[in-house]
Amino acid sequence: MLVIIFRRLGQSILVLFIVALISFLIFRYVGNPVDNLMGQEATLAQRAALIEALGLNDPFYKQYFNFIWKALQFDFGNSYRGALPVSELIASRLPATIELAVTSAFFALVLGVIIGIYTAINRGGYIANLILSTSLIGVSLPTFLIGVLLIWLFAVELKWLPSFGRGDVVQLGWWSTGFLTISGIKSLVLPSITLGLYQLTLIMRLTRSEMLEVMRQDYVRFAKALGLSSKQVNFNHALPNTLVPVITIAGLQLGSIVAFAIITETVFQWPGVGLLFINAVYFVDIPVMSAYLLLVGVLFVIINLIVDLLYLAIDPRLRDSNTSE
Amino acid sequence: MERFFKSDFFYDFLRAPVAIISFCVVALLVLSAIFAQFIAPTNPFDPASLELMNGFTPPMEPNMFTGDVFLLGADDQGRDLFSAILYGLRISLFVGIMAVSLAMVMGVLLGLIAGYVGGWLDNLIMRLADIQMTFPSILIAMLIFGVARGLLPPELRYEMAITVLIISIGLSEWVPFARTVRGTTMVEKEKEYVAAAQLIGLKRWQIMIRHILPNVLGPVLVIATITFALAIIAEASLSFLGVGAPRTEPSLGTLIRVGQDFLFSGEWWILLFPALTLLALALAVNLLGDWLRDTLNPRLK
Repeated sequence: MLVIIFRRLGQSILVLFIVALISFLIFRYVGNPVDNLMGQEATLAQRAALIEALGLNDPFYKQYFNFIWKALQFDFGNSYRGALPVSELIASRLPATIELAVTSAFFALVLGVIIGIYTAINRGGYIANLILSTSLIGVSLPTFLIGVLLIWLFAVELKWLPSFGRGDVVQLGWWSTGFLTISGIKSLVLPSITLGLYQLTLIMRLTRSEMLEVMRQDYVRFAKALGLSSKQVNFNHALPNTLVPVITIAGLQLGSIVAFAIITETVFQWPGVGLLFINAVYFVDIPVMSAYLLLVGVLFVIINLIVDLLYLAIDPRLRDSNTSE
Repeated sequence: MERFFKSDFFYDFLRAPVAIISFCVVALLVLSAIFAQFIAPTNPFDPASLELMNGFTPPMEPNMFTGDVFLLGADDQGRDLFSAILYGLRISLFVGIMAVSLAMVMGVLLGLIAGYVGGWLDNLIMRLADIQMTFPSILIAMLIFGVARGLLPPELRYEMAITVLIISIGLSEWVPFARTVRGTTMVEKEKEYVAAAQLIGLKRWQIMIRHILPNVLGPVLVIATITFALAIIAEASLSFLGVGAPRTEPSLGTLIRVGQDFLFSGEWWILLFPALTLLALALAVNLLGDWLRDTLNPRLK
């Protein structure tokens, strides 16, 4: 058991070092740190001094570890645009992305599980079939198109909800939250639906198939034979066993929510990290791109690690070190 | 050809209305993209054919100044939207097909090598695949696009945009191909025909390409179809975000990006028709892929 945990931990750290390597290569070789720090009129001597000061003449491995050491202290250099420290830029935009991601994950999970249970219990019913076939269109609809269509309907035609931005935010220390004002909450509605809709269809379909699978099991049949009401059987016996895989998959999806937040944030001009990244791609702002990659890499590795360890905790079969790998 | 019409595959196809409809939609869209210059009433890239007075003409209504009628309306520059969609479809399909081909060639080759040669090479390729799978492919495509932009001199960024787009989407989608091909290759290489080929002294690459490859192509076809849908959506998303096809060579995604700007002023057609075309294409390819997967999977029969 302990061996597996340590091996899994070792793998994660290796992946992190590789992600950091790619991030470093982009930072060091795609961009040109010297050109961007010095004007055109700098003399050769000044350039050489700067190159020496930045450690660009050091051997490769030394520069690489230097990069990691700085990244551990949240020092990613300055953005090429505006010359602000990248860490400050990211910190100021992180709350917006986290609030959006958490809201849409919550929306997708709660609604997905409810609709999934409904379609499983009423299998073959008229409404259940309608929901299932609609969800297929939902899967084919690109995220950005969902966002644009929602803006069209709710912001342009009905004028119920704002089409861009976060509304009024309240500062709590360095964290800016949109949860505390009415306009902030109203602004959150459309982006969360846009971001969560794909995950919702996924969770719904998964809940449905897991629930159908569980409902075929003997213990559910016995519970029915015992004379329990179908409500008791469905919710006390079938549902808890359905939720374990659903929650793990939902956890894994958290990573892709962060990735697709880039698209949603662009559609709604949501001032988060994703919008920062896409602007960095557009303007070739290398330090921001490299820092974003590192940040997302760490996030994804942690999510995967937690999910794997959860599996280990839930499923005893995986604990035998001989059968793993 | 006759063998094809008598095959189980064709038999199944004729009995699946969803597959027939999706196939017809895809075929119609592909054909209209190929023959765009004959179908389209105007060439949307020819500035001489544009009349600024025609800007924002609604669909099927004569323009109030020039009297011109456009089937699907005209955009802000007086460009016929129907023509723009046909040419945009052509770019979307081109990028999709090229990206999938790139992903397929790369994935199949790496999968064959990993499965047949094994050892440290197998380990290296598969660990690389694992790491890449940790990240959503759209994120990887964006990152590659950004890096490529950084490496290219600024004056080439627009000219090379489509090529860069193809490479970034292609490189982000190779993993499923490699995984499947590796698995099938490991099964195939234990079979007698491979042993026979080894016995008569054929070279490794000959066995891989000439003998094993044809036997692993079934699942590759399914993955290619599903990846094609993903690639089209990825292309549209990137172009929509402004990091894909430029406005001089608009794909469906670029047209939707342009259309979004005019939603608030009520010119809905500039957005709606490209969006519907994209949706029809993505949905039809997805349904076709689902059907292919179910039909070619012997376990489901």
